Amino acid sequence: MTVKEIREALGAKFICGEEFQDREVHSACGADMMSDVLAFMKEKSVLLTGLCNPQVIRTAEMMDVVCIVFVRGKMPDETMIEMAKEREIVLLSTGHRMFTACGILYEKGLRGGAPCQ
Amino acid sequence: MNEKIVLRYEVDPNDFTRAGEASSNVKRRLKLLGVDPDIVRKVAISLYEGEINMVIHSYGGIIEVIISPEEIEMILTDKGPGIEDIELAMQAGYSTAPDNIRNLGFGAGMGLPNMKKYSDEFNIESTVGVGTTVKMKVFIPKE
Repeated sequence: MTVKEIREALGAKFICGEEFQDREVHSACGADMMSDVLAFMKEKSVLLTGLCNPQVIRTAEMMDVVCIVFVRGKMPDETMIEMAKEREIVLLSTGHRMFTACGILYEKGLRGGAPCQ
Repeated sequence: MNEKIVLRYEVDPNDFTRAGEASSNVKRRLKLLGVDPDIVRKVAISLYEGEINMVIHSYGGIIEVIISPEEIEMILTDKGPGIEDIELAMQAGYSTAPDNIRNLGFGAGMGLPNMKKYSDEFNIESTVGVGTTVKMKVFIPKE
């Protein structure tokens, strides 16, 4: 699935990184705990989160996240946007809540990986 | 890349705006050196967890990263309260981080387990009231 298709499915808007909208995403992770993201996320993923602070961008950087979707209409501040631009990470914002946003992407065929032990 | 490269960073306690800068810097350097992306990722994750731990729990410390053709060694030394029961601290889900840290998305008790999971060699030593030293290695397989 491409970033463009994710944006369309979620009715989300670009905050930055529109030029990378053709990039491919292979899996997804929905989390507010960055430690869980670091433990379980796969590469080339989209991260859906309701958390909105610079550590989200840093965590995404470490995990080679392609795109971050802020749920519940959350908007990152200028510092975060600048950080994302420097790291070529796409930022999207959707009005959907976490459960719904994840559900929509799941329906479109995106998966989150194997169950944890 | 034949010689060793040594990178050194100071980590300030409680400075969450800068937390992760050292790991970010190391990640970029490794990428520029052409290190395999899977290796870079392992280093980035284990170092970032360690750096965040230092920001949350310590009174400040030093991160030293030694890059050689065979391995990447990370040594994190902090002054701080130390860890009373390392075995307990290593358990997934165990955390002593306060609520304000949880609001930042950390403190799930996954830091140390993640560091162990993503590094090839992991060693932790701690003295209560003095500080903690974590040594980690990620090996670079020969092509």
